[in-house]
Amino acid sequence: MSVAAKLAVSFAESTARERVARLLDAGSFTEILGPSARMMSPHLAQLGVPASFDDGVVVGEGLLHGQPVLIAAQEGEFMGGGVGEVHGAKLVGLFQRALRTRPAAVLVLAESGGVRLHEANAGLIAVSEVMRALLATRAAGIPTLMLIGGANGCFGGMGLVARCADQVVMSDAARLAMSGPEVIESSNGVEEFDAKDRALVWRTTGGKHRYLMGDCDVLVEDDVAAFREAALSLLGQPRALTLEGLEREHAMLAARIADFGDCGDAVDIWRKLGIQDAARIVDLDATQIRALKPRAEKGAQP
Amino acid sequence: MIWTELLDRLFADQHAVTCEGDLLRGSAQLDGQTLTLVGTTGHAAIGVELALAQARAVLDTVREHPGRAILLLVDTQGQRLRRRDELLGINRYMAHMGLCIELARQRGHRVLGLVYDQALSGGFITSGLIADACYALPEAEIRVMRLPAMARVTKIDEARLAALAESNPVFAPGVENYVAMGGVRALWRGDLAVQLRAALAHTTTPPTTDERARDGAIRGGRQLAADVAQRVAQA
Repeated sequence: MSVAAKLAVSFAESTARERVARLLDAGSFTEILGPSARMMSPHLAQLGVPASFDDGVVVGEGLLHGQPVLIAAQEGEFMGGGVGEVHGAKLVGLFQRALRTRPAAVLVLAESGGVRLHEANAGLIAVSEVMRALLATRAAGIPTLMLIGGANGCFGGMGLVARCADQVVMSDAARLAMSGPEVIESSNGVEEFDAKDRALVWRTTGGKHRYLMGDCDVLVEDDVAAFREAALSLLGQPRALTLEGLEREHAMLAARIADFGDCGDAVDIWRKLGIQDAARIVDLDATQIRALKPRAEKGAQP
Repeated sequence: MIWTELLDRLFADQHAVTCEGDLLRGSAQLDGQTLTLVGTTGHAAIGVELALAQARAVLDTVREHPGRAILLLVDTQGQRLRRRDELLGINRYMAHMGLCIELARQRGHRVLGLVYDQALSGGFITSGLIADACYALPEAEIRVMRLPAMARVTKIDEARLAALAESNPVFAPGVENYVAMGGVRALWRGDLAVQLRAALAHTTTPPTTDERARDGAIRGGRQLAADVAQRVAQA
């Protein structure tokens, strides 16, 4: 085992602030509206729910290998990273700041269940504003990178925001989806989706499946340093939104339904992708999965 | 309001919209100007196919009718809650629909959303909420989740949530609350054609910045969003 591997720091087990501190150049991070500003949710007190001094998201600026970047990190330990009014506005403000300061990229360390239900309507509008702000940043040619590696995954509105960004990086332990398995199970029964079947949940929404499908661009181990390397490799590659690009995306998404629409399980899809011994995928690490990728069809990023 | 009545009130007999399953797609004339209409009906659950079909209608408009205004007709119960959709990556399908609308906006199409019946969570984020401006009929309903499900997820007593929904715009599903919070620009009452005409005139190309947080602050429904964003942007 290499020295680097021995020193791996789990992204999933780190807090949002630890992730930011370790991802950026040492000591380079400056937080904006940090905990001392006490910018808290105005909606939680009436529910008897404790608020947080940063409303569950860290935003600020720093250096990535000497290049200025803006960065946000959602804290999954606070309300599952749910987007409320203040939380969403901090993300929106960060993207607006990018239009002014033109950093090398805006990095979002996403860990979120999506809209914070405790702030229902305000959260829904906030997620929509985050999406619009990200798209405005992207339209200005500033790369937007989503780094997904938290234990709570990236769901709901943030799952939509992730797929609007220029690039997506995931760890093999991460999940990216729309509806959480619990929501699907409670709506349509345990036969539809058994939320307690962890292997099934990971096969359906996990980093390996998303990578093999082309829904994430880079798959890394659960290691903050690996996320840093991936982010660094993706700087300076903005992807303009074009009609041609979206037509390619459309054709790929239509073909995906035609090719895999009748697959009952991720393993069936992997087999159809031409991966021999598809059932073994669950046992492979990120490096081994990446080696399989040339055999799988790479999805086009719009 | 059912969609056929809505179209009659908006465009009299100057509309040609087909309904296939839950998908609405077609065009209409207002003051001699053609608009693309795309949306859903029957409280549609937005699955991968329906997201893709709506994206197709938007892309076709961008390709074949540069600059033509687009009206999104919203009636959805949200994303389809099936494992198959998640396996196929429904978030990418819905994001694709949102990106197609964004492309249309960038290329000078005015895009308006109209909630004419019901709008819920995910199905709304990449349709009406990504338009230049979203409007609603007074009898429409917008919400994130029904109260029993919300009570289950938040572990807060349903009766307490129901009581809060009576008084607090953040929880109550009424469209007026979305207007107060800036998520909906205005409600369309009376002569709907007059309302649409005014909305089109109010919408500039290329699109201006997102004004919803500012509207929420001015109207008093969302006090902090605009200020917090401003402080982060300008710090």
